[in-house]
Amino acid sequence: MYTELNSILSTGPDSFTQGDFILVSDRQSDASFLIHHFLSFYLRARCKVCFLGLVQSFSHYSAVSQRLGVSLAQAKEKGQLVFLEGLNESLSVLIPQETHAGSQDMDFLRDPAVGLRSLYEFVQSSVRSSVGVEEGAEEWGPPVLLVDDLSVLLSLGVSAGAVLDFSHYCRATVCSQLQGNMVMLVRCDGEEEEEDGDDEGSERLLKGLTHQCSLALNVQGLPTGYCRDIHGQVEVCWRRRQGDGQNAQKKLFQYKVHDKGASFFARGTSSAVL
Amino acid sequence: MMAAPVESVCKPSAERSPFSATSFQKKSRSKLISIPGTRPSVQNGQLLVSTGVTSLDFLLGGGLAVGTVLLIEEDRYDSYSRMILKYFLAEGVVCRHELFVAAAQDNPDDILQELPAPILDDVAIHKPAEQPRLPCETHDSLDSMMIAWRYQNLPKVQSALASSSRFGHYYDVSKTMEPEIRQAAKCHRFYLPEHPTESSTTRSPVLKSYSALLRSLQEVIHREGFDVAASMSKSRNILRIGLHSLGSALWDDDLSCHDNPTHRHSLTAFLYGLRALLRSSLSVAVVTVPSHLIQDRALMGSITRLCDNAIALESFKGSERETNPLYKDFHGLLHVRQVPHLNCLANQLPDHKDLAFKLKRKQFSIERLHLPPDLSETVSRVSRGELAGGATVASACGSGTSGNKHLDF
Repeated sequence: MYTELNSILSTGPDSFTQGDFILVSDRQSDASFLIHHFLSFYLRARCKVCFLGLVQSFSHYSAVSQRLGVSLAQAKEKGQLVFLEGLNESLSVLIPQETHAGSQDMDFLRDPAVGLRSLYEFVQSSVRSSVGVEEGAEEWGPPVLLVDDLSVLLSLGVSAGAVLDFSHYCRATVCSQLQGNMVMLVRCDGEEEEEDGDDEGSERLLKGLTHQCSLALNVQGLPTGYCRDIHGQVEVCWRRRQGDGQNAQKKLFQYKVHDKGASFFARGTSSAVL
Repeated sequence: MMAAPVESVCKPSAERSPFSATSFQKKSRSKLISIPGTRPSVQNGQLLVSTGVTSLDFLLGGGLAVGTVLLIEEDRYDSYSRMILKYFLAEGVVCRHELFVAAAQDNPDDILQELPAPILDDVAIHKPAEQPRLPCETHDSLDSMMIAWRYQNLPKVQSALASSSRFGHYYDVSKTMEPEIRQAAKCHRFYLPEHPTESSTTRSPVLKSYSALLRSLQEVIHREGFDVAASMSKSRNILRIGLHSLGSALWDDDLSCHDNPTHRHSLTAFLYGLRALLRSSLSVAVVTVPSHLIQDRALMGSITRLCDNAIALESFKGSERETNPLYKDFHGLLHVRQVPHLNCLANQLPDHKDLAFKLKRKQFSIERLHLPPDLSETVSRVSRGELAGGATVASACGSGTSGNKHLDF
């Protein structure tokens, strides 16, 4: 986890708000470094984590988490982490074998019109299993759902409406019922104002999820162009209603990703510039 | 099931070590089964292969990581993208990797016959029949040396290496690879017209042509033992997969024909399956796509994100830039769309975004676009407005008006 990001969000592994839906989005950029942050953050906070790794293999996350000081293999063994390797499970669906039916979770690959019901059922079973704890098993904190990423579902033919339904169901289960947290990554292309280029539905998905979320982190490249020392900017939007009725508060930071973490700084205060 | 970092290849052999009395495990890589034609990356230890173009290797961070896909957006006439595909396959032949070539337009055999000839100085020419070179084997009496008879029984190759020790070779594009060298490499072919698509009732988004290709790939990977999880008893090798012009109409895909294609998600679903296959095997793929025919930029973005590395070629042939004196040293522009950061946080994007390429006889060079020195009599600098395409050329005083006269003193 990145300590500077924790101080920006005023959270820590010992004290974080529950029932949050954190939306991570990027536009022509790569926000997956934030997913690694949240994964190590919630594992350190001793939460029970359900991770839907739809785009990369388990060993990729494992290698990165190792650098951030968390061992995914250990967490998986202890039962703290439930990992869905989307790539693995998809092969049995995309290349159907006659012998066995293949896993159910990636059923939407067989017929995208069906929607993400089986994926939701997977999520439900993995977060609810923490409720019925066997003898001798460790007690974990509130459940957390991490999804990397939702836009690949759009590329595979699932409609934006189905993905919104899926996120709504997950939020109802994880955030409201079980008082856990949810982090989802959405990736967009193109400029924000383009309406007619939205055949994929990614803008619609982003707008819908932004309304549902309580904290949004938008990652973009620098508006002035490519720079080697500053990798981009992060806009942090708090959408949760504050006590005094204030709706949203926004802050903008610039960031740089290193080998073992990421540093965040106010605009113009990068060490490369000062 | 990583993109084959070096450790995963050596782990099982370390477990089989009889000296397991202590839990101390030396961190040396001496037990590593080294695969010819690969080297570990200096950034994160991943296993890399060469694309056949040394300047492209440099752009991609040292080489192409095993288990990843390189997407090449074709230039308008598919001349340079096809060239890079041939470099990639030729490099596989020289490194003794296995090849898998799939095409819908040309027969894969035709592509293989056009491979450029390697410039060999230290590459052992591999004879197909590996006979032991016993000193008592008789050569033809006409061949026997009379003066340098002590060298008679040495093997005919210049170096005793079984395969080339160099990473990345150079090729002479004016000659084609000799058939003996080419036939020494094991090659699997997939020519779409030879695969009748069976009718099925599946409503999967993947087209029949692409799913037949996926199935064929999976079969080859499994049968020839390229799975990462396969037994380590036999020596490991890399499978180089070249997929030509996916998304074109000849693959039954209408991505490049219609603005609103009916098979919108077919190629992306295929690429997802391809990534799944690659991450679990010792293979590397190069895919070319005629992106200039695909109107939907968002779709092109999804296709790019589902590949790991992505470059786009824009040739000057047939465009007004061909005669533009600024570009006379180059054949086209090269855009790096994406560089992956697998198994690590930070990625290594190239320093400069304005790159141009030139296909020379013995090298495909990729350089930073620069203004050539103007040695003509009249100092006339072309104004910035003519440099379309966002190439930020390092021109010192480039914004002068056209038609400058030579300053007379």
